[in-house]
Amino acid sequence: MLDVRLYMAQRISALVMAPLVIGHIAVMIYAVQGGLTTAEILGRTQGSLLWFVFYGLFVLAVSVHAAIGLRVIAGEWFGWRGLPLTLFSCAVFILMLLLGARAVMAVTFS
Amino acid sequence: MIKPHRSHTLYGFFLLHRISGIALALFLPVHFTVLALAVSDPASLDSFLKLTDLAAVKIAETILVFLLAAHLFGGLRLMAMEWLPWTDWQKTLAAGSLALGLFTACLFLLQVI
Amino acid sequence: MSVDENSKNLEVSVWRGDASGGEYSHYTVPSYSNQTVLDVVSWIQQHCDATLTYRFACRVGMCGSCAMTVNGEPRWTCRTHVNKVIKGDKLTVAPLRNLPVIKDLAADMDPFFEKWVKAKGVHEPSASRHDPMVAVDPQSPQRMAASEGIECINCAVCYSACDTVAANPDYLGPAALQRAWTLVNDEKNKDANSVLDAVSQTGGCHSCHSHGSCTAYCPAELNPMKAVAGLKRTTAFKFLGKRR
Repeated sequence: MLDVRLYMAQRISALVMAPLVIGHIAVMIYAVQGGLTTAEILGRTQGSLLWFVFYGLFVLAVSVHAAIGLRVIAGEWFGWRGLPLTLFSCAVFILMLLLGARAVMAVTFS
Repeated sequence: MIKPHRSHTLYGFFLLHRISGIALALFLPVHFTVLALAVSDPASLDSFLKLTDLAAVKIAETILVFLLAAHLFGGLRLMAMEWLPWTDWQKTLAAGSLALGLFTACLFLLQVI
Repeated sequence: MSVDENSKNLEVSVWRGDASGGEYSHYTVPSYSNQTVLDVVSWIQQHCDATLTYRFACRVGMCGSCAMTVNGEPRWTCRTHVNKVIKGDKLTVAPLRNLPVIKDLAADMDPFFEKWVKAKGVHEPSASRHDPMVAVDPQSPQRMAASEGIECINCAVCYSACDTVAANPDYLGPAALQRAWTLVNDEKNKDANSVLDAVSQTGGCHSCHSHGSCTAYCPAELNPMKAVAGLKRTTAFKFLGKRR
């Protein structure tokens, strides 16, 4: 399921995400104080290049990471190999990337 | 049933990493879809966010934060094992990653209750 | 071996069958105060059923041929005392997991050794007998890394314990990869890069999930998980452009 290239993509996307996840958790713990509202979220993120880059990079990395992670699990649990396995991981990557990009655009650029 | 050859510390941490990874991968598409409502339907996002007042949702959120933090710190432990010079205290590092995950989840829980 | 005065019996389930399937047969074996699992299997073969097939040679933990699954865990049976693994008075003995069965307790080791070769676990000399000997500093970090893995007896206990092997038949497994890591660090081996390339293919060291079962069960108390981590680190830095 994994050769050295996929392994490196998996590990590098993980290292990219490490500081982003810590930042994300910190914002969560800060932002949930007193409850969440749409206005509060958009007030923080809208029109901000910083948050666009932060979450844009996050979505790209998580799409790579999840696609490879689920690829390994599908290979080990369902015995998928070859083309079906590649199609599956590509589908996960594209789905995560599209949904994630739409969410990032919604909260930063709308 | 857990088989005897699997009942050791690091296998348990593998399971935690795999289960948290699957849970996060399933959660993310929902998370993204809900966030996209901010543009298409802000009112429905607000009514969705109101759900976070429910105790059950707060517990579910805390579990998600734990899974995210456990995957993060457990993953950093694996990166250290694979890319830094070897150390013989892998189980201690694993326990530390779990402690950090639980600590993070507690921090979150204290903010929402 | 002396019979205990107030000795009890062991209830032993032994897997009987071949590659096409089989089932457990049950035997009652006298319990001795000092008895290995291999002693129990041999007693059954000598007193109950001479057709019971199993494999052993040295009986002192050197040859690596007697490994079986004992009460669900892979063990070298010649050095495993019954009183260390018995549950009540019950003992279950099966062939090694993750390998085809030839007959009864004898597993087919071919796939294990084929992967050993596929991981380039074969020593290729860097010099001929006409060249001067390569100087080996036993204290150099590289040599110490090589020395850590050389006591492997090829018993396949780690291979049988490994759940990555169970889930992914392509995976080379801990023993072959530990051998590869030994050769990567051996200054008398010709081409470390070809070994690193061999373990970077699909099914190589990057498939390992660091469950640690190999290290937990290695009867020689080696650390294959550490060796595989060493391969991952070295191949990762090689990938990033750092030449050895």
